[in-house]
Amino acid sequence: MAERTHDITLVVNGTVRRAAVPGRRLLSDCLRHDLGLTGTHVGCEHGVCGCCTVLLDGEPVRSCLTFAVTVDGREITTVEGLADGERMSPVQRAFAECHGLQCGFCTPGFLCTVTALLRDNPVPTDEEVLEGISGNLCRCTGYQNIVKAVHRAAEIMAEES
Amino acid sequence: MKPPPFDYHAPRSVAEALDVLAAEGERAKVLAGGQSLIPLLNMRLAAPGHLVDINRLTGLAGVEVEPDGVRIGALARHAEVERSEPAAAAQPLLRQALGLVAHPVVRNRGTVVGSLVHADPAAELPAVLTLLGGSVRLARRGGPGTPAAGSSTAQDVAAGGSFVVRDVAAGEFFTGPLESAAGPGELAVSAFFPALPPRSGTAFREVARRHGDYALAGVAALVVLDDDLRITSAAVACVSAGPVPLLVDVTGECGHRPPASAGWAGAARAVQDRAEPEDDIHATAGYRRHLIGVLAERALRDAAREALNG
Repeated sequence: MAERTHDITLVVNGTVRRAAVPGRRLLSDCLRHDLGLTGTHVGCEHGVCGCCTVLLDGEPVRSCLTFAVTVDGREITTVEGLADGERMSPVQRAFAECHGLQCGFCTPGFLCTVTALLRDNPVPTDEEVLEGISGNLCRCTGYQNIVKAVHRAAEIMAEES
Repeated sequence: MKPPPFDYHAPRSVAEALDVLAAEGERAKVLAGGQSLIPLLNMRLAAPGHLVDINRLTGLAGVEVEPDGVRIGALARHAEVERSEPAAAAQPLLRQALGLVAHPVVRNRGTVVGSLVHADPAAELPAVLTLLGGSVRLARRGGPGTPAAGSSTAQDVAAGGSFVVRDVAAGEFFTGPLESAAGPGELAVSAFFPALPPRSGTAFREVARRHGDYALAGVAALVVLDDDLRITSAAVACVSAGPVPLLVDVTGECGHRPPASAGWAGAARAVQDRAEPEDDIHATAGYRRHLIGVLAERALRDAAREALNG
């Protein structure tokens, strides 16, 4: 018997998107498979690695621990939605400048998490940065440059505001 | 690593949710924040036939600070409660503990009541509810002719019908690892955390392998002083010290003395003696018992300091 599907509407990166999904479709899989937005990466699928972090109505959440059908009607921002057209966002530029990424697998989750962190706290201390990114794992670059990139992004945002 | 199939229900009212829960009984699970349930589904450790998603029941999202405590609705996220100044003023242990629950991003989705119903003995909030003597309010379908069993009952009329609620005290709510008193057909609609009494203080101390992980051991403490600033009551609730949160009254060991000369070490030993930690891949039972003693003394001293400063 075919699994029952639910028609949902999401506003993803400012665009209204529709999909028919089974109740068990994870938001991460909906974004990647149903909507073709493969910038959201899937690592552990049980909430540990943070790679799949997206913004739900502006708040960072684990898209692998959220059902797509639960967030019907809500606004989602993925890594594809952070740049302003062709120009990368301050957080993206800071990560590039400070070598805050290497293989890039964890990067979409870090970028979404840090974007919300700096919106809520434009001048975080080292401790606040560490607490803010504590739910995101990086297995190659290491965290030193990522922490630098967060502070650099804060500088860029202050310069450009 | 994908959830097994289930029938998805998205009720628009508490009454509708209770109808589904009443009809499906043990086959149904409630989905709130999903930060514990969805990992279990993804790993296929749970396979409920029906999922009742309460995320549209916005009436359950409140954090109400009442004179005698804080009532937290079933949809209130950890992050909202953690940020609430009135809640922190009424009962500081909430914020002290919530900062230790997983990571900030998980706290944006996870709910306080969901953590309680999940009843993980390694989690912070069940220990907090136990230490404070709080309660969980459970609702189920029922009419005037079917009063619910429980310590107290009340009736409410919802859109489309009546339901029965009962308040279960923390001491009776946690019945085993991942087991609570919430029965089939019941929905936890809120939890109540009593306010901090005058001249008292709280603290939460834990040790985890990595920041945000489940603690190897943790201790929440509550110390109450009298008008002469002597200890009249001291108690702790321990995390990862047995199948349910372990509550230990150490008033006797501390003695009716000022905090500076209280019997903290004896109190810590009493807590260690009561603990029944287990071996696992992360730590031996012996190491956990050691930690419980160290953390109990630290938490009690910190709580006493808070009481003196308050």
